[in-house]
Amino acid sequence: MIKVLWDRFVRPIDPWLLVFLVLLFILSSIVLYSASNQDMGKLNDKFTFMGVALCVLWVMANMPQQVLMRLALPIYLVGVVLLICVALFGSVSHGARRWLNIGVTIQPSELMKLGLPMMLAWYFHHYEATLNWKHFLVAMILLVIPMGLILKQPDLGTALLIASSGFYVMFFAGLSWYLIGALVLAGGGLAYVVTHWNLCIHILREYQCQRVATMLDPMQDPLGAGYHIIQGTIAIGSGGPFGKGWLNGTQTHLDFIPERTTDFIFAVFGEEFGLAGNIVLLLLYLMLIGRGLHIASNGSTLFGRLLAGALTLTFFTYAFVNMGMVSGILPVVGVPLPLVSYGGTSMVSLMAAFGILMSVQKDRKLMKN
Amino acid sequence: MSRNELKNQQSERYAFQIRIVAAALLVLVLFGLLATRFSWLQVMQHDKYQTLAEQNRISLVPIAPPRGIIYDRNGVVLAHNFSAYTLEITPSRVGVLEDCIDRLNKIIEITPKDRRRFKKLMEDTKDFESLPIKTRLTDEEVAKFAANSYQFPGVEVKARLFRQYPQGEVASHLIGYIGRINEKDLDDLDDKGELANYRGTDHIGKVGIEESYEQYLHGTTGFEEVEIDAGGRAIRTLRRTPPQPGKNLILSVDIKLQQIAENAFGDRKGALVAIDPKNGGVLAFVSKPGFDPNLFVDGIDPQSWNDLNTSPDKPLNNRALRGTYPPGSTFKPFMALGALEGNFRSPNQAIADTGVFNFGGHTFHDDKVGGHGMVDMYRSIVVSCDVYYYSLANVMGIDAISRFMGSMDFGKPTGVDINGEQPGVLPSQEWKKKRFRNPAQQKWFAGETISIGIGQGYNAYTPLQMAHATATLANDGREYRPHMVAYLVDGKTGARTVVEPTPEKIMNWKQSNVDIVKRAMAGVIKEGTGAKAFAGAAYTAAGKTGTAQVYSLKGAKYSESGTKAHLRDHAWFIAYAPAEDPKIALAVLVENGGWGAAAAAPIARQVLDYYLTGKQPNQPASEVESSDSD
Repeated sequence: MIKVLWDRFVRPIDPWLLVFLVLLFILSSIVLYSASNQDMGKLNDKFTFMGVALCVLWVMANMPQQVLMRLALPIYLVGVVLLICVALFGSVSHGARRWLNIGVTIQPSELMKLGLPMMLAWYFHHYEATLNWKHFLVAMILLVIPMGLILKQPDLGTALLIASSGFYVMFFAGLSWYLIGALVLAGGGLAYVVTHWNLCIHILREYQCQRVATMLDPMQDPLGAGYHIIQGTIAIGSGGPFGKGWLNGTQTHLDFIPERTTDFIFAVFGEEFGLAGNIVLLLLYLMLIGRGLHIASNGSTLFGRLLAGALTLTFFTYAFVNMGMVSGILPVVGVPLPLVSYGGTSMVSLMAAFGILMSVQKDRKLMKN
Repeated sequence: MSRNELKNQQSERYAFQIRIVAAALLVLVLFGLLATRFSWLQVMQHDKYQTLAEQNRISLVPIAPPRGIIYDRNGVVLAHNFSAYTLEITPSRVGVLEDCIDRLNKIIEITPKDRRRFKKLMEDTKDFESLPIKTRLTDEEVAKFAANSYQFPGVEVKARLFRQYPQGEVASHLIGYIGRINEKDLDDLDDKGELANYRGTDHIGKVGIEESYEQYLHGTTGFEEVEIDAGGRAIRTLRRTPPQPGKNLILSVDIKLQQIAENAFGDRKGALVAIDPKNGGVLAFVSKPGFDPNLFVDGIDPQSWNDLNTSPDKPLNNRALRGTYPPGSTFKPFMALGALEGNFRSPNQAIADTGVFNFGGHTFHDDKVGGHGMVDMYRSIVVSCDVYYYSLANVMGIDAISRFMGSMDFGKPTGVDINGEQPGVLPSQEWKKKRFRNPAQQKWFAGETISIGIGQGYNAYTPLQMAHATATLANDGREYRPHMVAYLVDGKTGARTVVEPTPEKIMNWKQSNVDIVKRAMAGVIKEGTGAKAFAGAAYTAAGKTGTAQVYSLKGAKYSESGTKAHLRDHAWFIAYAPAEDPKIALAVLVENGGWGAAAAAPIARQVLDYYLTGKQPNQPASEVESSDSD
C-alpha cells in the first residue's frame, strides 16, 4: 500500500532534473548565507520558497499535458487582459507602470513568462498537420501583443525575455533558417546602427540608452550607472582562480556590491569561489539545460516538445543574461540568476517550468509503458 | 495512420532533433563565451582587480603628529598644545549656511565674532573641508550638541589639539604663531615635497620661531590603514604607523628677562635685542608693541585683524628684525675701531672741536654748541664728539669705512634663525650705484661721507644688527650667528641636539685696538653720556648712547617739544656687561624716544640689572636727565 503511494508520488519526478536542482539549491543557499551577511532570516525565507516551489514542481509534474494544453489559451488571454489593465490603470513605481493592484499587487508580465510559450506551443500543436508560414505569422502576432504591452510599461528586459521565449517556440516549430538568419542580421545591424549613429535616444528611453552606454564604457559614470558594473567586475576579477573563500569576500562584506542577494549574487559567488566555482556553476546549469533539451527531443507530443525546448532555452537565457551583465559583457537589465538569486516569485515560476518539463518526460514514460 | 504520414512525422522529428542540436550548440558557445570572460577577469586580469578591490576597502587615515613644545632656557613653556572640542561645519554638506548657523545658535551660542571669523576662514581655504565655527567648547556645550546632532548633518564636534601661547603678548614677535594652512602654504609644501606629511595637519607656522623651525616642530605624520565599507565607514584598523611628534625646542631666550625688557619699554615703541656674546644665543628679543599670538591660532576674526593691521603703532611689525634705523652715535665705537685697524688715526691724536666742521662749503654741527675742545679717541666716545668723527670719516673715505663695516657684517642679514630679516643699508659707492637710477644721483659725493661718520646719512641698521655688532666687539672679534633656539629635543628619547656651537667668523683685530675702544665704552658708563643711567650699578658695563635723526633739521636747533612725535629722534643705546668679561650684549632702540642717554639707556640698565644681579624693577624704566650731548 505504502509502496504504491510512494510510487505514485515519485512517478512524475525526473531524478536527473531533481538531483541537479537540489545541487543548485544547496549551492545557492551557501552563497545566500554569505551574501546576506549570515542572515538566517533570509535563508529561512529561501527554504520556504524552495518548499513552495517544490510543491508547485510536483503539482505541475503531475499535470497531464492535455490539461496544460487546455489551460494555454485561457492563461494567455487572462495575461493579455491584465496587461491591458496595467496599461490603463496600473500603479506607477520608479517611472514604470508594471503593477496591478487587485487587493494584492501583481505583476502580470510574470504570468506571461509561462503563458506565452504555452500559448504558442498549443497553437502550433493544434495546427501541427497543416503547419505553414501563415501560422508563423499568427504566432508572431500572438508574440508581439504582450511584448508590445510590456515594452510600453516600460520594461525592456522582461519584454525581450518573453519575446525570446516565444521565439524559441517558433524556432523549435521549424521557423525557416533563412528567416532566422535574416532576423539575426537585421537585429545585429540595427544594434550596430543605433550605437554607431547615436540613434538610441530616438528608440529607447533615456535610462535604457544610459545602460547600454554604461555597459560599453562603465567609467563614464563610475558612481552612477557604472557603479554596479565596475564593482561587480572588481568582485569577480579579484576572486581569482580559486576565490577568496566563503564569507571572505571583501567586496561582498563591505557593501561594495549592490543588490548582492538578488540580481548581483553572481558577483558574490565569483568573488568567494573564483573561477573554479564559476565553472562548477556553469556545469550545473549546463546539466540542467542538457537534461531539458533531452526531455524536449523525446517529447511525446509537439506541444510537449516545443514547450520543453522553449522553457529550457528561456532558463538558459536567464542564466546567460545575468552572468553576462554581472561580468560586464551585457547591459544591466533586471534579470535574477535563475534559482540562485533571492526571491520567491522567480523561483516558483522557474520550478513550475521544470515541473512542466517533468510532466513532458512523464508522458513519454507512460507512452513507453 | 498512413505510411506517408508516418514518414512525414519521422522527418519532422528529425528536423526537430536538428533544432535541439543547434540549440545545444548555441548554449555551449555562449557558456564558452562566459567561461572565457571569467578566465580573462579571474586569471589574466586578476592582479588588476585584486588591487582595485584592496583600494576599495583600505583607506589611509593620516594621524597628525603633536607639534613640538617651545620652552625658554629655564624650561618655562612658551608654546604648547591642549586638547579641546571644536564645533566644525563642512560647508558643502549643509544647505544654506546662514540658516544652519542660526539653528546652531539656538543650541550653542555663536557670537557675531565667530561668524565673521568663520567667513574669513571660508574665504581663505578653497577645499571643502570642515572648518571650526566655534572652538574650545565646554563640556556642557558638547553634551548639548550631541543630543541634537541628528538635526545637523555636516556639523560635527571634533577633538583637536590646539596651540596655546601662555605668555600672551610677551615674546610674541620671537615665538610667532601658527595659523591655518592656506593656498600659498600648500604651494610651498608642494615645492618642498612635504605635502604628504601634512595630510591631516590643519595648521602651520606663519611667523617667528613657529615658522622658521616648522620642519622640526611639525613632526612626521602617522598613518592608520583602515578597512572601510562602501559607505566610507571605518570597520576596523588593519595597521597603524604612529606619528612621530615634533621636536621640542629649548630657546636661549630667558623669558623672565624678556618680560622685564618688555615692561621696561612701558608704552613706548621700540626694540631690544640681547645676545650672549660667548655663543650668539639670543637672551631677549623685544619688539614693542606686541600682539597676542593666541588670536591667530583658530583663524583671526576680521575685526582684530583690522585693528592690528591699521594701528599707527604697527604692532605686527617686528622692529627688532625688520625695522631699520640710522644708528646715530652708537656707530662711533665701530668707526673708531675701523680707524685704528686701518691706521687712519692714532688713539692719542687729538682734534680741536669748535662745534662745527666745514666741508665743501657746508657746515656740519656738533650737538654741543661751541664744541668739546681738544678731543682724543677716548674722549670722542665718552662725550660722543661729532666733529671728531666728521673729520675721521673724511680722512678714512667712504671706501675704507664701508670695507671695515662690511667686514663686521653691517648691511648684511645676521642669519638669525627667524625669517624675514632686513639687511639694512651699509652705504658705499657700489650701493649708491645700485640704489639710484638717475646717473646724477649714482655718484658718491665726498660730503656724504661726513655724516656717515656719526651714523647718519644713508646708514640704516636693525636693532638686531646693532646688538650683533656689539656682541662681536664685546667678544673681541669672535662673531657668532645670533640664534634663538639652543637645543632641539626629541620628545620621546629626550636626546638634545645643540644649535650653533662654533664661532662663525673671527675678525683678527689687533687686541690693543679692541681694548682701546672697549675702554672708551666703559668710560661712557663711568663718566660719559651713560653715567647717569648707570649710577650705582653693581657691575661694570660698557656702552654707547645714540640719537638718530629721523629727518634733517638743516642746521636748525632740535627741540624735543617742538617736533611732532613721529619725527622726533630715535633713541639708541648699545651696551655689554660686565665690561671685563661680557656675558650679555644688547642694543636698545626707542622709536621717537629722543635722547639715547635719556630714553634708551635706562631700559638697558633694567635688563642688565636683572640679568647680572637678579634685581627686578617695579616699574618701566623712567627717563633720566641728559645733557644735550650724545
